[in-house]
Amino acid sequence: MNQGEGVMSQWKGNSGLSRRQVLATAVAASTALSAPAVLAQGRPRVVVVGGGAGGATAARYIARDSKGAVDVTLVEPTRAYYSCFFSNLYIGGFRDYASIGHSYGALAANHGINVVHDWAVSVDRDKRSVGLAGGGSLSYDRLVLSPGIDFKDGSVPGWDLSQQNRMPHAYKAGSQTQLLKAQVEAMAQGGVYCMVAPPNPFRCPPGPYERISMVAHVLKETNPTAKILIVDPKAKFSKQGLFEDGWQRLYPGMIERIGPDFGGDKVEVRPASMEVVIDGEVNKVDVCNVIPAQQAGRIAAAAGITNDAGWAPVVAHTMQSRADENIHVLGDASHQGDMPKSGFSANSQAKVCAMAVRGALTGSKVYPARFSNTCWSLIGTDDGVKVGASYEATDEKIAKTDGFISKTGESAEVRKATYEESLGWYAAISDDIFS
Amino acid sequence: MTARSTASAGKSPSARAAFAALTAALLAVLPAGGAWSADAERGRALYAECKRCHQVGDGAAHRIGPHLNDIFGRPAGSLDSFRYSPAMKAAGAGGLVWTGAALDRFLAAPRATVPRSRMSYAGMKDGSDRADLLAWLRLSSGGGPDRPPAQPTVTPEEYGLDPQLLTIRGDPDYGAYLAGECTTCHRPDGGEEGIPSITGWPHDDFVIALQAYKRGKRVHPAMQLVAGRLSDEEIAALAAHFRRAGDQP
Ligand SMILES: Cc1cc2nc3c(=O)[nH]c(=O)nc-3n(C[C@H](O)[C@H](O)[C@H](O)COP(=O)(O)OP(=O)(O)OC[C@H]3O[C@@H](n4cnc5c(N)ncnc54)[C@H](O)[C@@H]3O)c2cc1C
Repeated sequence: MNQGEGVMSQWKGNSGLSRRQVLATAVAASTALSAPAVLAQGRPRVVVVGGGAGGATAARYIARDSKGAVDVTLVEPTRAYYSCFFSNLYIGGFRDYASIGHSYGALAANHGINVVHDWAVSVDRDKRSVGLAGGGSLSYDRLVLSPGIDFKDGSVPGWDLSQQNRMPHAYKAGSQTQLLKAQVEAMAQGGVYCMVAPPNPFRCPPGPYERISMVAHVLKETNPTAKILIVDPKAKFSKQGLFEDGWQRLYPGMIERIGPDFGGDKVEVRPASMEVVIDGEVNKVDVCNVIPAQQAGRIAAAAGITNDAGWAPVVAHTMQSRADENIHVLGDASHQGDMPKSGFSANSQAKVCAMAVRGALTGSKVYPARFSNTCWSLIGTDDGVKVGASYEATDEKIAKTDGFISKTGESAEVRKATYEESLGWYAAISDDIFS
Repeated sequence: MTARSTASAGKSPSARAAFAALTAALLAVLPAGGAWSADAERGRALYAECKRCHQVGDGAAHRIGPHLNDIFGRPAGSLDSFRYSPAMKAAGAGGLVWTGAALDRFLAAPRATVPRSRMSYAGMKDGSDRADLLAWLRLSSGGGPDRPPAQPTVTPEEYGLDPQLLTIRGDPDYGAYLAGECTTCHRPDGGEEGIPSITGWPHDDFVIALQAYKRGKRVHPAMQLVAGRLSDEEIAALAAHFRRAGDQP
């Protein structure tokens, strides 16, 4: 694209032309210069940043369904993706670590996706190119960003990333999850596990509370006099009735939650002394799981497409950034409306995005967007619950149309079937993202 | 074609009565005692759990699962015309033959016997239930002239659905897009694990299942949610897509 870019940069700032016209002109200009290069340029290029639930699904669907007509490059620094989904089950001892890891080999082998293991560090929206930490750059016709989350500095006084080994977040899966599990298992008898829960919005609304359930499950068996303390800035949380009912049934007396009415929103941590200060009162704890406030993965801000809260607003029909029609944003990083930030949602949004991208680049048929989400949570052995909803695209946002949630007092068979369903979902969505 | 199979195609009450009478007649000629002391009539009722997916008897065809005619003594996964899971094929190649004892073991715990098979059934725990079921199966799957007629796996009438819904021809390409919403939970291939495989389902079975969810006649919150907003044309499109996907290797 070098020659093309050269031509385009001359056009920069010419507001009389749309980007598409500029591209057409650029291609025409380079046609005259060197015919063979044009063949490569004739194949539209998509760069996807982030090989998680959103990005890998989008890459897979675009490559698979365009049958080679679109050149797809996936930029992802890690060689194995450890999913946050089911990472709590790993902490609880219901899954082994290998079972939540996924490689990118099949995406390359089965769909011809060019997988580049690197960090994207910059986006030049005028040149339509992505800069890599390793030094190279990738040009694109469409860019898909699905970088997940980053933490907001200073949201929990006393905590920053340099403290993540003493006080793990385990909110990006991998070594952090392993560390937190090891710390829980090494807790002194009768010790205290503390979670500093995040404010809204954050990835996986039931995630912190499923984690509490799994930690309680482990402690009940190995350390029954231990205590769990949740310091929560939110008055309410997802599936609250279901979790609290389960905690009372399965782990009576073990879990205490301090909401904002008792100072849960005024917390400071002291990693060196393993202390948590709640509204001025000092608590000594053995494990401290700090889940800070969140925002879109850094690259979204670097691209200049985030709002004041740090998320990237999108058009619901196509998942295009509201700031740049050549960029699509998926999953946790997007500000889209009513969908929770979940792997299921990211996967669902990716399919809408893939269809829109193919439509724009190859002229394939575009159908109305539709989205759905179901989040399963495990409270104890064979005690699964779920919440789900369907959504549609409006001009304003992704809007919820209908939903359901498990009920308290369901039979053991229903709860077991719900748990087994979640196993089927994990197997299926893993295939849908990575196979 | 015998008169019986014609009767099974028309689902008239008189055909049902004839079928019941026939069953009674067959049961009357069963030897007393021995392996056949099991209660085949009870087994016929228990077969209701299998009937959603499998046909057995005169005129039986593959549906969601393979037909069960002449199953006794047959190697597992060995009918050329059915698309088995790789796991079931491998079990057959590894020597699994459907003797009465093997079927008994399989039915007790399908997923433990053939892990990653596509059969979406948790198992029949009670040994005497299984004996009764197998007695019925032996009776209806054998090749004799008195084999009872195969029953349909499902009919629109069971759910109070308009049979016209089955005549809508869907666009499989549209179905392929819509299927993105299904494959988050239903694996396109591989074994069932808490969520059934739906690839390769017969058109009518697929449409009836989704229409029944859509209209609240079958209960499952996630499926009712998904099906609830699918139009009749979209359901037909999905049926066409998943039927077609079953033909692909
Ligand atoms: C404890 C926990 C439990 C959860 N449970 C569930 C659940 O049961 N069900 C569910 O649906 N969801 C669950 N989630 C939520 C789910 O993990 C996320 O919503 C989902 O992963 C979001 O997908 P994504 O594509 O936006 O981000 P991710 O899946 O996080 O993927 C982002 C990827 O981008 C890469 N990346 C980031 N920046 C760059 C860059 N600059 N350059 C290149 N690559 C980059 C990262 O390495 C990462 O691989 C859970 C989350 C947590 C924390």
